[in-house]
Amino acid sequence: MIEFESVSKRYSDGYDALSRVEFAINAGEMVFLTGHSGAGKSTLMKMILLMEHPSRGRVKVDGRWLDQLRDSQIPYYRRNIGVVFQNHQLLFDRSVFENVALPLQVAGYSSQDIGKRVRAALDKVGLLEKERSNPVTLSGGEQQRVGIARAVVNKPALLLADEPTGNLDPELSNDIMNLFRQFNDVGTTVMIATHDVELLKKMNKRVLGLVQGKLVHDGVLF
Amino acid sequence: MKSHRPANLRSHKTGATRRDHARKVSASNSHNGIRAERDVRGQSAIQSQLTLWQKLDAWLGHHSHSSIDSLLRLLETPLQSVMTWLVIAIAVALPAALFLVFNNLQHLSNSWQDSSQISVFMKKETTEQQSIQLSIDWAKRQDVLQAVYVSPEQALAEFKEGSGLGDLVNYLDENPLPSVVLIKPKLINSNTDSLTSLQQSLIANPQVADVRLDLLWVKRLHQFIRIAERFLIALSCLLVLGVFLVIGNSLRMAIEQSRDEILVSKLVGATNAYVRRPFLYMGLWYGLIGGFIASLILGVIFFILAEPVKQLTNLYQSSFQLQGLGLVEALQLMLMSGAVGLLGAWVAVGRQLYWIRPR
Repeated sequence: MIEFESVSKRYSDGYDALSRVEFAINAGEMVFLTGHSGAGKSTLMKMILLMEHPSRGRVKVDGRWLDQLRDSQIPYYRRNIGVVFQNHQLLFDRSVFENVALPLQVAGYSSQDIGKRVRAALDKVGLLEKERSNPVTLSGGEQQRVGIARAVVNKPALLLADEPTGNLDPELSNDIMNLFRQFNDVGTTVMIATHDVELLKKMNKRVLGLVQGKLVHDGVLF
Repeated sequence: MKSHRPANLRSHKTGATRRDHARKVSASNSHNGIRAERDVRGQSAIQSQLTLWQKLDAWLGHHSHSSIDSLLRLLETPLQSVMTWLVIAIAVALPAALFLVFNNLQHLSNSWQDSSQISVFMKKETTEQQSIQLSIDWAKRQDVLQAVYVSPEQALAEFKEGSGLGDLVNYLDENPLPSVVLIKPKLINSNTDSLTSLQQSLIANPQVADVRLDLLWVKRLHQFIRIAERFLIALSCLLVLGVFLVIGNSLRMAIEQSRDEILVSKLVGATNAYVRRPFLYMGLWYGLIGGFIASLILGVIFFILAEPVKQLTNLYQSSFQLQGLGLVEALQLMLMSGAVGLLGAWVAVGRQLYWIRPR
Protein backbone atom coordinates (compact mmCIF):
# COMPACT_ATOMS: atom_id res chain seq x y z
CA MET A 1 0.00 0.00 0.00
CA ILE A 2 2.77 2.42 0.98
CA GLU A 3 6.36 2.19 -0.17
CA PHE A 4 9.15 4.61 0.72
CA GLU A 5 12.24 4.25 -1.46
CA SER A 6 15.28 5.90 0.14
CA VAL A 7 13.35 9.07 0.90
CA SER A 8 15.17 12.17 2.18
CA LYS A 9 13.76 15.58 2.94
CA ARG A 10 15.92 18.62 3.43
CA TYR A 11 14.16 21.93 4.02
CA SER A 12 15.42 25.09 2.40
CA ASP A 13 17.06 26.18 5.66
CA GLY A 14 19.28 23.08 5.58
CA TYR A 15 17.36 21.10 8.19
CA ASP A 16 17.14 17.38 7.44
CA ALA A 17 13.66 16.18 8.35
CA LEU A 18 14.09 12.70 6.88
CA SER A 19 17.16 10.88 5.64
CA ARG A 20 17.13 7.73 3.54
CA VAL A 21 13.90 6.33 4.96
CA GLU A 22 12.93 3.02 3.47
CA PHE A 23 9.97 0.79 4.35
CA ALA A 24 6.90 -0.87 2.86
CA ILE A 25 3.41 -1.34 4.29
CA ASN A 26 1.01 -3.90 2.90
CA ALA A 27 -2.65 -3.27 2.26
CA GLY A 28 -4.73 -4.01 5.35
CA GLU A 29 -1.87 -3.46 7.80
CA MET A 30 -2.07 -1.29 10.90
CA VAL A 31 1.19 0.51 11.58
CA PHE A 32 2.33 2.99 14.22
CA LEU A 33 4.84 5.68 13.56
CA THR A 34 6.72 6.92 16.62
CA GLY A 35 9.50 9.25 17.63
CA HIS A 36 10.01 12.52 19.49
CA SER A 37 8.56 15.68 18.10
CA GLY A 38 10.77 16.83 15.25
CA ALA A 39 11.81 13.27 14.42
CA GLY A 40 10.05 13.50 11.06
CA LYS A 41 6.70 11.79 11.72
CA SER A 42 4.62 14.65 10.37
CA THR A 43 6.89 15.17 7.37
CA LEU A 44 6.56 11.49 6.48
CA MET A 45 2.75 11.64 6.67
CA LYS A 46 2.61 14.87 4.71
CA MET A 47 4.54 13.19 1.93
CA ILE A 48 1.88 10.51 1.67
CA LEU A 49 -0.72 13.26 1.43
CA LEU A 50 1.37 15.15 -1.14
CA MET A 51 1.60 18.15 1.14
CA GLU A 52 5.36 17.76 1.01
CA HIS A 53 7.63 16.36 -1.67
CA PRO A 54 10.81 14.35 -1.04
CA SER A 55 14.13 16.02 -1.81
CA ARG A 56 15.47 12.58 -2.75
CA GLY A 57 13.92 9.17 -3.24
CA ARG A 58 10.31 8.49 -4.05
CA VAL A 59 7.05 7.32 -2.54
CA LYS A 60 4.56 4.82 -3.92
CA VAL A 61 0.98 4.69 -2.62
CA ASP A 62 -1.69 2.28 -3.81
CA GLY A 63 0.45 1.21 -6.78
CA ARG A 64 1.27 4.72 -8.00
CA TRP A 65 4.52 6.64 -7.77
CA LEU A 66 3.54 9.97 -6.31
CA ASP A 67 6.15 11.97 -8.20
CA GLN A 68 4.39 10.96 -11.41
CA LEU A 69 1.01 12.35 -10.35
CA ARG A 70 0.02 15.51 -12.14
CA ASP A 71 -1.31 18.46 -10.12
CA SER A 72 -4.78 17.91 -11.53
CA GLN A 73 -4.78 14.31 -10.27
CA ILE A 74 -3.91 15.17 -6.69
CA PRO A 75 -7.51 15.87 -5.56
CA TYR A 76 -8.68 12.49 -6.86
CA TYR A 77 -5.72 10.77 -5.22
CA ARG A 78 -6.48 12.42 -1.88
CA ARG A 79 -10.08 11.23 -1.95
CA ASN A 80 -8.81 7.73 -1.30
CA ILE A 81 -7.01 8.75 1.89
CA GLY A 82 -8.67 9.65 5.17
CA VAL A 83 -6.77 11.96 7.50
CA VAL A 84 -7.16 12.65 11.22
CA PHE A 85 -5.25 15.53 12.74
CA GLN A 86 -4.27 16.24 16.31
CA ASN A 87 -6.01 19.62 16.12
CA HIS A 88 -9.04 18.08 14.34
CA GLN A 89 -9.10 20.73 11.57
CA LEU A 90 -12.86 20.97 12.00
CA LEU A 91 -14.74 23.96 10.60
CA PHE A 92 -16.53 25.76 13.38
CA ASP A 93 -18.87 27.73 11.14
CA ARG A 94 -20.96 24.65 10.38
CA SER A 95 -22.60 21.68 12.06
CA VAL A 96 -21.05 18.31 12.81
CA PHE A 97 -23.07 16.83 9.96
CA GLU A 98 -21.72 19.35 7.44
CA ASN A 99 -18.17 18.81 8.64
CA VAL A 100 -18.40 15.08 8.09
CA ALA A 101 -20.21 15.56 4.77
CA LEU A 102 -17.40 17.67 3.27
CA PRO A 103 -15.38 14.84 1.66
CA LEU A 104 -18.56 13.45 0.07
CA GLN A 105 -19.68 16.83 -1.26
CA VAL A 106 -16.23 17.38 -2.71
CA ALA A 107 -16.36 13.98 -4.42
CA GLY A 108 -19.79 14.71 -5.87
CA TYR A 109 -22.15 12.42 -4.00
CA SER A 110 -25.89 13.05 -4.11
CA SER A 111 -27.39 14.62 -1.01
CA GLN A 112 -29.35 11.42 -0.36
CA ASP A 113 -26.16 9.35 -0.39
CA ILE A 114 -24.42 11.93 1.73
CA GLY A 115 -27.14 11.79 4.37
CA LYS A 116 -26.92 8.01 4.60
CA ARG A 117 -23.15 7.81 4.69
CA VAL A 118 -22.63 10.68 7.12
CA ARG A 119 -25.12 9.19 9.56
CA ALA A 120 -23.47 5.79 9.20
CA ALA A 121 -20.07 7.31 9.98
CA LEU A 122 -21.40 9.33 12.92
CA ASP A 123 -23.15 6.23 14.20
CA LYS A 124 -19.86 4.37 14.04
CA VAL A 125 -18.09 6.93 16.24
CA GLY A 126 -21.15 7.19 18.53
CA LEU A 127 -22.09 10.79 17.76
CA LEU A 128 -25.27 10.33 15.77
CA GLU A 129 -27.32 12.40 18.20
CA LYS A 130 -24.87 15.32 17.85
CA GLU A 131 -25.16 15.73 14.08
CA ARG A 132 -26.77 19.16 14.37
CA SER A 133 -24.44 20.53 17.04
CA ASN A 134 -21.63 22.91 16.31
CA PRO A 135 -18.25 21.23 16.89
CA VAL A 136 -17.34 24.07 19.30
CA THR A 137 -19.87 22.74 21.80
CA LEU A 138 -18.29 19.27 21.82
CA SER A 139 -15.56 17.98 24.13
CA GLY A 140 -12.04 17.31 22.88
CA GLY A 141 -12.67 13.59 22.57
CA GLU A 142 -15.93 14.17 20.71
CA GLN A 143 -14.26 16.62 18.34
CA GLN A 144 -11.60 14.03 17.60
CA ARG A 145 -14.30 11.46 16.86
CA VAL A 146 -15.98 13.91 14.44
CA GLY A 147 -12.59 14.21 12.75
CA ILE A 148 -12.40 10.44 12.49
CA ALA A 149 -15.92 10.23 11.08
CA ARG A 150 -14.94 12.74 8.42
CA ALA A 151 -11.80 10.74 7.62
CA VAL A 152 -13.67 7.46 7.11
CA VAL A 153 -16.95 8.68 5.62
CA ASN A 154 -15.63 8.23 2.09
CA LYS A 155 -14.47 4.66 2.92
CA PRO A 156 -10.86 5.38 2.05
CA ALA A 157 -8.37 2.59 1.41
CA LEU A 158 -5.84 4.34 3.62
CA LEU A 159 -6.39 6.07 6.94
CA LEU A 160 -3.69 8.38 8.33
CA ALA A 161 -3.77 9.84 11.84
CA ASP A 162 -1.26 12.36 13.19
CA GLU A 163 -1.24 12.26 17.02
CA PRO A 164 -4.96 11.50 17.19
CA THR A 165 -4.82 11.03 20.97
CA GLY A 166 -2.48 13.97 21.57
CA ASN A 167 -4.41 15.83 24.25
CA LEU A 168 -6.85 13.15 25.38
CA ASP A 169 -6.80 11.24 28.66
CA PRO A 170 -5.86 7.50 28.54
CA GLU A 171 -9.43 6.22 28.65
CA LEU A 172 -10.52 8.35 25.68
CA SER A 173 -7.30 7.39 23.88
CA ASN A 174 -8.25 3.75 24.24
CA ASP A 175 -11.68 4.42 22.74
CA ILE A 176 -10.15 6.20 19.78
CA MET A 177 -7.60 3.42 19.22
CA ASN A 178 -10.34 0.81 19.33
CA LEU A 179 -12.13 2.76 16.63
CA PHE A 180 -9.04 2.68 14.43
CA ARG A 181 -8.67 -1.02 15.08
CA GLN A 182 -12.26 -1.58 13.96
CA PHE A 183 -11.61 0.20 10.67
CA ASN A 184 -8.47 -1.86 10.22
CA ASP A 185 -10.51 -5.02 10.85
CA VAL A 186 -12.68 -4.28 7.80
CA GLY A 187 -9.64 -3.93 5.58
CA THR A 188 -8.58 -0.29 5.79
CA THR A 189 -4.83 0.28 5.94
CA VAL A 190 -4.17 2.40 9.01
CA MET A 191 -1.09 4.46 9.87
CA ILE A 192 -0.97 6.33 13.17
CA ALA A 193 1.74 8.71 14.34
CA THR A 194 2.05 8.89 18.13
CA HIS A 195 4.68 9.39 20.81
CA ASP A 196 2.61 7.55 23.42
CA VAL A 197 4.82 4.48 24.12
CA GLU A 198 2.38 2.91 26.57
CA LEU A 199 -0.28 2.92 23.91
CA LEU A 200 2.09 1.28 21.42
CA LYS A 201 2.81 -1.58 23.83
CA LYS A 202 -0.89 -2.13 24.46
CA MET A 203 -1.82 -2.19 20.78
CA ASN A 204 0.78 -4.81 19.90
CA LYS A 205 1.15 -3.78 16.25
CA ARG A 206 4.03 -3.06 13.90
CA VAL A 207 5.92 0.09 14.90
CA LEU A 208 8.20 2.29 12.80
CA GLY A 209 10.54 4.31 15.01
CA LEU A 210 12.08 7.56 13.79
CA VAL A 211 15.01 9.32 15.43
CA GLN A 212 16.21 12.57 13.87
CA GLY A 213 14.81 11.67 10.49
CA LYS A 214 16.27 8.15 10.40
CA LEU A 215 14.26 4.95 10.59
CA VAL A 216 15.77 3.08 13.58
CA HIS A 217 13.09 0.55 14.43
CA ASP A 218 10.68 -1.59 12.41
CA GLY A 219 8.67 -4.28 14.17
CA VAL A 220 6.40 -5.07 17.11
CA LEU A 221 7.29 -3.34 20.37
CA PHE A 222 7.38 -5.41 23.56
CA MET B 1 -37.08 14.94 6.31
CA LYS B 2 -38.04 13.97 9.81
CA SER B 3 -40.21 11.06 8.77
CA HIS B 4 -37.21 9.47 7.03
CA ARG B 5 -34.99 9.46 10.03
CA PRO B 6 -36.25 6.45 11.98
CA ALA B 7 -35.88 4.30 8.86
CA ASN B 8 -32.33 5.55 8.41
CA LEU B 9 -31.47 4.79 11.98
CA ARG B 10 -32.81 1.28 11.64
CA SER B 11 -30.83 0.60 8.52
CA HIS B 12 -27.65 1.86 10.19
CA LYS B 13 -28.15 -0.51 13.06
CA THR B 14 -28.70 -3.51 10.84
CA GLY B 15 -25.63 -2.47 8.88
CA ALA B 16 -23.59 -2.34 12.05
CA THR B 17 -24.69 -5.78 13.22
CA ARG B 18 -23.90 -7.21 9.80
CA ARG B 19 -20.40 -5.75 10.03
CA ASP B 20 -19.95 -7.21 13.48
CA HIS B 21 -21.01 -10.56 12.16
CA ALA B 22 -18.55 -10.33 9.29
CA ARG B 23 -15.77 -9.51 11.69
CA LYS B 24 -16.55 -12.48 13.89
CA VAL B 25 -16.51 -14.76 10.88
CA SER B 26 -13.21 -13.44 9.60
CA ALA B 27 -11.72 -13.74 13.07
CA SER B 28 -12.87 -17.33 13.53
CA ASN B 29 -11.17 -18.73 10.46
CA SER B 30 -8.02 -16.68 10.44
CA HIS B 31 -6.49 -18.16 7.30
CA ASN B 32 -9.41 -16.77 5.38
CA GLY B 33 -8.88 -13.39 7.00
CA ILE B 34 -6.97 -11.79 4.16
CA ARG B 35 -9.54 -12.89 1.62
CA ALA B 36 -12.36 -11.52 3.74
CA GLU B 37 -10.56 -8.20 3.99
CA ARG B 38 -10.09 -8.07 0.28
CA ASP B 39 -13.78 -8.75 -0.21
CA VAL B 40 -14.72 -5.89 2.05
CA ARG B 41 -12.32 -3.54 0.27
CA GLY B 42 -13.69 -4.65 -3.06
CA GLN B 43 -17.20 -3.85 -1.90
CA SER B 44 -16.31 -0.40 -0.69
CA ALA B 45 -14.50 0.34 -3.93
CA ILE B 46 -17.63 -0.52 -5.87
CA GLN B 47 -19.75 1.57 -3.55
CA SER B 48 -17.62 4.65 -4.03
CA GLN B 49 -17.83 4.50 -7.81
CA LEU B 50 -20.22 7.12 -9.17
CA THR B 51 -22.02 7.10 -12.48
CA LEU B 52 -21.59 10.03 -14.84
CA TRP B 53 -25.21 11.02 -14.26
CA GLN B 54 -24.72 11.14 -10.49
CA LYS B 55 -21.61 13.26 -10.97
CA LEU B 56 -23.43 15.68 -13.28
CA ASP B 57 -26.27 15.89 -10.80
CA ALA B 58 -23.87 16.66 -7.96
CA TRP B 59 -22.04 19.18 -10.16
CA LEU B 60 -25.25 21.04 -10.90
CA GLY B 61 -26.17 20.76 -7.23
CA HIS B 62 -22.90 22.36 -6.24
CA HIS B 63 -23.45 25.15 -8.73
CA SER B 64 -26.87 26.02 -7.35
CA HIS B 65 -25.63 25.56 -3.80
CA SER B 66 -22.58 27.78 -4.21
CA SER B 67 -24.53 30.44 -6.12
CA ILE B 68 -27.11 30.76 -3.33
CA ASP B 69 -24.56 30.28 -0.58
CA SER B 70 -22.25 32.98 -1.91
CA LEU B 71 -25.14 35.44 -2.17
CA LEU B 72 -26.15 34.65 1.41
CA ARG B 73 -22.56 35.15 2.48
CA LEU B 74 -22.54 38.59 0.87
CA LEU B 75 -25.75 39.44 2.70
CA GLU B 76 -24.22 38.31 5.99
CA THR B 77 -22.04 41.42 5.96
CA PRO B 78 -24.64 43.84 4.55
CA LEU B 79 -22.77 47.09 5.12
CA GLN B 80 -19.58 45.93 3.47
CA SER B 81 -21.43 44.31 0.56
CA VAL B 82 -23.71 47.29 -0.03
CA MET B 83 -20.71 49.61 -0.09
CA THR B 84 -18.96 47.40 -2.61
CA TRP B 85 -22.13 47.24 -4.69
CA LEU B 86 -22.46 51.02 -4.63
CA VAL B 87 -18.86 51.50 -5.70
CA ILE B 88 -19.42 49.10 -8.59
CA ALA B 89 -22.77 50.71 -9.40
CA ILE B 90 -21.24 54.19 -9.58
CA ALA B 91 -18.32 52.96 -11.64
CA VAL B 92 -20.77 51.32 -14.06
CA ALA B 93 -23.36 54.12 -14.03
CA LEU B 94 -20.87 56.86 -14.87
CA PRO B 95 -19.80 55.67 -18.33
CA ALA B 96 -23.31 54.37 -19.01
CA ALA B 97 -24.79 57.81 -18.25
CA LEU B 98 -22.25 59.53 -20.50
CA PHE B 99 -22.98 56.99 -23.19
CA LEU B 100 -26.70 57.77 -22.97
CA VAL B 101 -26.05 61.50 -23.08
CA PHE B 102 -23.93 61.17 -26.22
CA ASN B 103 -26.48 58.87 -27.74
CA ASN B 104 -29.07 61.59 -27.23
CA LEU B 105 -26.77 64.29 -28.61
CA GLN B 106 -26.06 62.24 -31.69
CA HIS B 107 -29.75 61.63 -32.17
CA LEU B 108 -30.39 65.34 -31.84
CA SER B 109 -27.65 66.43 -34.22
CA ASN B 110 -28.76 63.88 -36.78
CA SER B 111 -32.24 65.32 -36.75
CA TRP B 112 -30.73 68.79 -37.15
CA GLN B 113 -28.74 67.71 -40.12
CA ASP B 114 -31.78 66.08 -41.65
CA SER B 115 -33.69 69.32 -41.29
CA SER B 116 -30.78 71.45 -42.30
CA GLN B 117 -32.15 74.02 -44.67
CA ILE B 118 -30.78 76.54 -47.09
CA SER B 119 -32.14 80.05 -46.92
CA VAL B 120 -32.10 81.79 -50.33
CA PHE B 121 -32.52 85.56 -49.98
CA MET B 122 -33.92 87.31 -53.06
CA LYS B 123 -32.80 90.66 -54.40
CA LYS B 124 -35.11 93.53 -53.57
CA GLU B 125 -36.14 94.08 -57.19
CA THR B 126 -37.29 90.48 -57.62
CA THR B 127 -41.08 90.35 -57.72
CA GLU B 128 -43.20 87.96 -55.70
CA GLN B 129 -44.30 86.26 -58.91
CA GLN B 130 -40.69 85.61 -59.97
CA SER B 131 -39.78 84.30 -56.55
CA ILE B 132 -42.67 81.83 -56.52
CA GLN B 133 -41.72 80.68 -60.02
CA LEU B 134 -38.11 80.16 -58.90
CA SER B 135 -39.20 78.16 -55.88
CA ILE B 136 -41.30 75.92 -58.13
CA ASP B 137 -38.31 75.41 -60.47
CA TRP B 138 -35.94 74.61 -57.61
CA ALA B 139 -38.36 72.13 -56.11
CA LYS B 140 -38.00 70.08 -59.33
CA ARG B 141 -34.23 69.73 -58.95
CA GLN B 142 -32.74 66.30 -58.17
CA ASP B 143 -30.91 67.46 -55.06
CA VAL B 144 -33.80 69.38 -53.54
CA LEU B 145 -36.42 67.82 -51.38
CA GLN B 146 -38.64 70.84 -50.84
CA ALA B 147 -38.65 74.55 -51.66
CA VAL B 148 -41.00 76.96 -49.87
CA TYR B 149 -41.52 80.61 -50.68
CA VAL B 150 -41.78 82.96 -47.70
CA SER B 151 -43.04 86.45 -48.51
CA PRO B 152 -41.62 89.50 -46.67
CA GLU B 153 -45.01 89.96 -44.91
CA GLN B 154 -44.98 86.36 -43.66
CA ALA B 155 -41.40 86.73 -42.51
CA LEU B 156 -42.22 89.90 -40.62
CA ALA B 157 -45.19 88.28 -38.93
CA GLU B 158 -43.04 85.35 -37.84
CA PHE B 159 -40.39 87.72 -36.58
CA LYS B 160 -42.99 89.66 -34.56
CA GLU B 161 -44.18 86.44 -33.00
CA GLY B 162 -40.90 84.70 -32.35
CA SER B 163 -38.60 87.54 -31.32
CA GLY B 164 -40.80 89.23 -28.75
CA LEU B 165 -40.02 92.59 -30.42
CA GLY B 166 -43.50 92.92 -31.96
CA ASP B 167 -44.08 96.47 -30.73
CA LEU B 168 -40.78 97.65 -32.13
CA VAL B 169 -41.71 96.32 -35.55
CA ASN B 170 -44.81 98.54 -35.56
CA TYR B 171 -42.57 101.62 -35.58
CA LEU B 172 -40.94 100.58 -38.87
CA ASP B 173 -42.05 102.56 -41.90
CA GLU B 174 -41.59 99.76 -44.34
CA ASN B 175 -40.86 96.04 -44.22
CA PRO B 176 -37.06 95.65 -44.27
CA LEU B 177 -37.17 91.91 -44.88
CA PRO B 178 -36.49 90.41 -48.29
CA SER B 179 -38.48 87.56 -49.72
CA VAL B 180 -36.95 84.18 -48.97
CA VAL B 181 -37.10 80.70 -50.43
CA LEU B 182 -36.39 77.95 -47.87
CA ILE B 183 -34.88 74.89 -49.48
CA LYS B 184 -34.65 71.50 -47.88
CA PRO B 185 -31.82 69.66 -49.64
CA LYS B 186 -31.91 65.96 -50.37
CA LEU B 187 -28.96 64.54 -48.46
CA ILE B 188 -27.26 61.47 -49.80
CA ASN B 189 -25.32 59.72 -47.01
CA SER B 190 -25.06 63.08 -45.27
CA ASN B 191 -22.55 64.10 -47.92
CA THR B 192 -21.91 67.81 -47.51
CA ASP B 193 -20.10 68.21 -50.87
CA SER B 194 -23.36 68.00 -52.79
CA LEU B 195 -24.71 70.76 -50.54
CA THR B 196 -21.85 73.04 -51.47
CA SER B 197 -22.45 72.53 -55.20
CA LEU B 198 -26.17 73.16 -54.71
CA GLN B 199 -25.33 76.35 -52.88
CA GLN B 200 -23.08 77.48 -55.73
CA SER B 201 -25.65 76.82 -58.42
CA LEU B 202 -28.28 78.74 -56.42
CA ILE B 203 -26.11 81.80 -55.92
CA ALA B 204 -25.33 81.86 -59.67
CA ASN B 205 -28.93 82.94 -60.29
CA PRO B 206 -29.03 86.75 -60.98
CA GLN B 207 -32.22 87.22 -58.93
CA VAL B 208 -30.62 85.78 -55.77
CA ALA B 209 -28.97 88.11 -53.30
CA ASP B 210 -27.48 85.61 -50.84
CA VAL B 211 -27.53 81.93 -49.88
CA ARG B 212 -27.07 80.83 -46.28
CA LEU B 213 -25.99 77.33 -45.46
CA ASP B 214 -25.50 76.78 -41.74
CA LEU B 215 -23.85 73.41 -41.81
CA LEU B 216 -20.47 74.20 -40.38
CA TRP B 217 -21.57 74.15 -36.77
CA VAL B 218 -23.30 70.79 -37.29
CA LYS B 219 -20.01 69.46 -38.63
CA ARG B 220 -18.20 70.85 -35.63
CA LEU B 221 -20.69 69.24 -33.29
CA HIS B 222 -20.13 65.90 -34.99
CA GLN B 223 -16.38 66.27 -34.63
CA PHE B 224 -16.82 67.18 -31.00
CA ILE B 225 -18.99 64.12 -30.38
CA ARG B 226 -16.37 61.93 -32.04
CA ILE B 227 -13.70 63.22 -29.66
CA ALA B 228 -16.04 62.83 -26.72
CA GLU B 229 -16.70 59.24 -27.77
CA ARG B 230 -13.00 58.42 -27.68
CA PHE B 231 -12.79 60.02 -24.26
CA LEU B 232 -15.81 58.01 -23.16
CA ILE B 233 -14.21 54.74 -24.25
CA ALA B 234 -11.01 55.56 -22.36
CA LEU B 235 -13.01 56.52 -19.28
CA SER B 236 -15.04 53.31 -19.51
CA CYS B 237 -11.88 51.24 -19.67
CA LEU B 238 -10.55 52.94 -16.56
CA LEU B 239 -13.79 52.43 -14.67
CA VAL B 240 -14.01 48.78 -15.74
CA LEU B 241 -10.49 48.39 -14.40
CA GLY B 242 -11.74 50.00 -11.19
CA VAL B 243 -14.56 47.45 -10.97
CA PHE B 244 -12.00 44.71 -11.55
CA LEU B 245 -9.87 45.94 -8.69
CA VAL B 246 -12.77 46.46 -6.29
CA ILE B 247 -14.10 42.97 -6.91
CA GLY B 248 -10.63 41.48 -6.74
CA ASN B 249 -9.99 43.16 -3.43
CA SER B 250 -13.33 42.11 -1.93
CA LEU B 251 -12.75 38.54 -3.05
CA ARG B 252 -9.24 38.46 -1.67
CA MET B 253 -10.67 39.33 1.72
CA ALA B 254 -13.42 36.72 1.37
CA ILE B 255 -10.84 34.08 0.45
CA GLU B 256 -8.63 35.03 3.38
CA GLN B 257 -11.65 34.66 5.67
CA SER B 258 -12.37 31.16 4.44
CA ARG B 259 -8.77 30.02 4.34
CA ASP B 260 -9.40 27.12 6.76
CA GLU B 261 -12.31 25.89 4.73
CA ILE B 262 -10.24 25.95 1.55
CA LEU B 263 -7.37 24.08 3.19
CA VAL B 264 -9.59 21.36 4.64
CA SER B 265 -11.51 21.02 1.38
CA LYS B 266 -8.30 20.62 -0.58
CA LEU B 267 -7.06 18.08 1.93
CA VAL B 268 -10.14 15.90 1.49
CA GLY B 269 -9.77 16.03 -2.28
CA ALA B 270 -11.49 19.17 -3.55
CA THR B 271 -10.40 20.17 -7.05
CA ASN B 272 -9.35 23.73 -7.77
CA ALA B 273 -12.55 24.24 -9.74
CA TYR B 274 -14.63 23.16 -6.75
CA VAL B 275 -12.84 25.54 -4.41
CA ARG B 276 -12.99 28.38 -6.92
CA ARG B 277 -16.70 28.06 -7.73
CA PRO B 278 -18.28 29.92 -4.77
CA PHE B 279 -15.88 32.82 -5.25
CA LEU B 280 -16.66 33.07 -8.95
CA TYR B 281 -20.34 33.25 -8.05
CA MET B 282 -19.50 35.92 -5.52
CA GLY B 283 -17.86 37.97 -8.28
CA LEU B 284 -20.87 37.39 -10.50
CA TRP B 285 -23.22 38.61 -7.76
CA TYR B 286 -21.08 41.67 -7.15
CA GLY B 287 -21.27 42.53 -10.84
CA LEU B 288 -24.94 41.67 -11.43
CA ILE B 289 -26.29 43.49 -8.40
CA GLY B 290 -23.90 46.41 -8.95
CA GLY B 291 -25.22 46.63 -12.52
CA PHE B 292 -28.79 46.47 -11.24
CA ILE B 293 -28.17 49.36 -8.84
CA ALA B 294 -26.48 51.28 -11.67
CA SER B 295 -29.62 50.80 -13.80
CA LEU B 296 -31.73 52.12 -10.96
CA ILE B 297 -29.47 55.16 -10.57
CA LEU B 298 -29.65 55.89 -14.30
CA GLY B 299 -33.41 55.40 -14.29
CA VAL B 300 -33.82 57.93 -11.49
CA ILE B 301 -31.44 60.46 -13.10
CA PHE B 302 -33.16 60.33 -16.48
CA PHE B 303 -36.59 60.46 -14.87
CA ILE B 304 -35.57 63.66 -13.10
CA LEU B 305 -34.08 65.08 -16.32
CA ALA B 306 -36.98 64.16 -18.60
CA GLU B 307 -39.32 67.01 -17.58
CA PRO B 308 -36.88 69.97 -17.85
CA VAL B 309 -35.50 68.62 -21.11
CA LYS B 310 -39.02 68.43 -22.48
CA GLN B 311 -39.66 72.04 -21.49
CA LEU B 312 -36.38 73.08 -23.08
CA THR B 313 -37.10 71.31 -26.36
CA ASN B 314 -40.61 72.77 -26.37
CA LEU B 315 -39.00 76.21 -26.33
CA TYR B 316 -37.10 75.21 -29.46
CA GLN B 317 -40.27 73.73 -30.97
CA SER B 318 -38.49 70.45 -31.38
CA SER B 319 -40.07 67.03 -31.08
CA PHE B 320 -36.86 65.74 -29.51
CA GLN B 321 -37.40 63.21 -26.73
CA LEU B 322 -34.84 62.21 -24.13
CA GLN B 323 -33.84 58.56 -24.63
CA GLY B 324 -33.48 56.95 -21.18
CA LEU B 325 -32.42 53.45 -20.27
CA GLY B 326 -34.79 50.86 -21.76
CA LEU B 327 -35.50 47.50 -20.16
CA VAL B 328 -33.32 45.67 -22.67
CA GLU B 329 -30.49 48.14 -22.17
CA ALA B 330 -30.80 47.81 -18.39
CA LEU B 331 -30.53 44.03 -18.75
CA GLN B 332 -27.54 44.43 -21.05
CA LEU B 333 -25.91 46.70 -18.51
CA MET B 334 -26.50 44.13 -15.75
CA LEU B 335 -25.15 41.29 -17.87
CA MET B 336 -22.09 43.26 -18.89
CA SER B 337 -21.42 44.24 -15.31
CA GLY B 338 -21.94 40.63 -14.22
CA ALA B 339 -19.48 39.45 -16.86
CA VAL B 340 -16.90 41.97 -15.65
CA GLY B 341 -17.49 40.73 -12.09
CA LEU B 342 -17.04 37.12 -13.10
CA LEU B 343 -13.90 37.90 -15.05
CA GLY B 344 -12.51 39.99 -12.21
CA ALA B 345 -13.18 37.15 -9.80
CA TRP B 346 -11.47 34.70 -12.13
CA VAL B 347 -8.34 36.81 -12.34
CA ALA B 348 -8.24 37.57 -8.60
CA VAL B 349 -9.10 34.09 -7.36
CA GLY B 350 -7.13 31.89 -9.71
CA ARG B 351 -3.64 32.56 -8.47
CA GLN B 352 -4.53 33.11 -4.86
CA LEU B 353 -6.35 29.79 -4.54
CA TYR B 354 -3.49 28.03 -6.21
CA TRP B 355 -1.16 29.21 -3.46
CA ILE B 356 -3.47 28.26 -0.62
CA ARG B 357 -2.53 24.63 -0.31
CA PRO B 358 -2.20 22.34 2.67
CA ARG B 359 1.25 22.31 4.28
